[in-house]
Amino acid sequence: MLAKTPIKIALARLKPKRRTAVVLACLTGILVACLLLAAAFGAVSIPPLDIAKMTLNKIGLTHFSATWPATNETILFQIRLPRIIAAALVGAALSSAGVLFQGLLRNPMADPYIIGTSAGAAFGAVLAMMLPLSIAFFGFGLIPVAAFLGSLAAVLLVYNLARVGGKTPIVSMLLAGFAVSSMLAALMSFLITMNDALQLKLHSVFSFLMGGIWVSDWKQIAIIAPVIVGGIVIARFFAFRLNAFALGEEGAAYLGIEVERVKLIILALGSLLTAAAVSLSGLVGFVGLVVPHAVRLVLGPEHSLLLPAAALSGGAFLVLAELLARTLLAPSEIPVGIFTALVGAPFFIYLLRRTRREYAF
Amino acid sequence: MIELSFKHVSFSYTDVPALHDIDLEIAGGEMVALLGPNGSGKTTLIKLASGVLRPVEGDIHLDGSNLRQSKRREIAQRVAVVPQVFHMPFAFTLREVVLLGRTPFLKAFSNDGERDQQVVQSALEQTGIEELGQRFFNELSGGERQKGILAMALAQEPKLLLMDEPTAHLDINHQMEIMELVKSLNRKKGITVIGAMHDLNLAALYFDRLVLLKQGRIFVDGPPAEVLTAQTIREVFSASVLVMEHPSMKTPYIAITPKGTLAGQGATSNKMCAPLQ
Repeated sequence: MLAKTPIKIALARLKPKRRTAVVLACLTGILVACLLLAAAFGAVSIPPLDIAKMTLNKIGLTHFSATWPATNETILFQIRLPRIIAAALVGAALSSAGVLFQGLLRNPMADPYIIGTSAGAAFGAVLAMMLPLSIAFFGFGLIPVAAFLGSLAAVLLVYNLARVGGKTPIVSMLLAGFAVSSMLAALMSFLITMNDALQLKLHSVFSFLMGGIWVSDWKQIAIIAPVIVGGIVIARFFAFRLNAFALGEEGAAYLGIEVERVKLIILALGSLLTAAAVSLSGLVGFVGLVVPHAVRLVLGPEHSLLLPAAALSGGAFLVLAELLARTLLAPSEIPVGIFTALVGAPFFIYLLRRTRREYAF
Repeated sequence: MIELSFKHVSFSYTDVPALHDIDLEIAGGEMVALLGPNGSGKTTLIKLASGVLRPVEGDIHLDGSNLRQSKRREIAQRVAVVPQVFHMPFAFTLREVVLLGRTPFLKAFSNDGERDQQVVQSALEQTGIEELGQRFFNELSGGERQKGILAMALAQEPKLLLMDEPTAHLDINHQMEIMELVKSLNRKKGITVIGAMHDLNLAALYFDRLVLLKQGRIFVDGPPAEVLTAQTIREVFSASVLVMEHPSMKTPYIAITPKGTLAGQGATSNKMCAPLQ
């Protein structure tokens, strides 16, 4: 039986297609509301109505006369919005990647970092910090680029290590992921211990590992947004195949799924989304684990709804977390990764205790 | 009606061959049980017929087309497999699990087409579990889950139904219900059925043709009365049993007798067994 929450009862009455439309429309509304809220608050408050007007003016849809100080416009478009949009993108990417990995690996403990992306990204970032270079690629420093490449390289390594005779069994992949992650983490600690330059940058290493949104340039968003949005849209095409994976690899094969090929595509999509997120924010934890579970507990595990719903919810969640992380103890900022865990974990435990039957077997 | 043929099919997982030079013709509408000890190749044969394993040697044809050249999706539109009962990783409802049977027919964005929902509804009704549709799959009993999995297979609208131990771990009532259901699908809809079975008595009662495997080869193939004799069972399973005649069905009926209580191990009788002393 579905747990008797009013939301679920109301949703269960709707036809499937209607239900999807209603849920996604509501979540989009929530995401927009969170974006407005996050844009309004900070060191300088900007009234939400002004934000709406300024944004519409900027897009060129309207020509409201400026009744606000010009500095507000600069703060909004040059400082606040890039950060908030980046938070939404990171939250959406990590949550979608979490759904993909949990669904593919049939493992509720899976998160976007499970097969080595985090260790690869961290190792890449630390290597970049060691180099006395400061090159920028399209608004990106060396560190995010190295983190992006590091996470993809780690997944590629894990995938190939786990591959035997044309197949990549999921258990081998989890184990190889664990081994590669441990090795990279050890190498990273070794580098930090032995390298003087790195020891001076311990704070940067730490904030990369904690995760935080440091985006202040539209160029970064212009590059990453298509990757993340495109990745999520393509992932949606694989929703029904992900559903079949719930029967296990063999069960999915019986239903006509080309298991190895689909597995590779889903892994690649999940890793790309994760790497893209990492390049904007470092290793923000917990979002990719908890948001998919929370959404699944409310809406069920069917992926054609779960995937977009998790993307929208994850975006909204990280936008809110980012707002609170920078305003609660202003002027000092809490790294958003600490915040997601601090807020997310109790909320998750609450959900789990309410509906734990769904995880019983 | 679908026809399946194995020609000189061999398969091995490692160096040890799992199936050796199998020749098997199954006509459309037949109901065939695969019997044999653990490791004799029953499950491998099912997997080969479903196309998830490819033969190392030889060819398998399904209605004239070679499985080697067929796409997984095309095969799954005609062949459904009922695996053993299992556990779902997430809280899928029974109806959602049955809907998975529509996977081979889905396009990227059309997972709840009107027709798919109708097929699912009819599969739930045929298996008599329509009132359980909104229950979580993992909360159902083993028997209900197995009916659910059978309903999922029916949602594929298969011409050939492959079953691996469909009655394993089920109580006697559910064993009968599952077998009755499969039999009626075979009779009424002409679905060809191949089932790997451990229970020789169920196999004798519900299947028309039995294929007895021993160490990856076909040992005997024929109607129950020919295949299930005390001699074949002794040779294939190394087990001494009494083979009688089922009192009403006239099919072979196998009785196990604890060692030491049976005079003349492996004695064969075609009559009802006299009460033992």
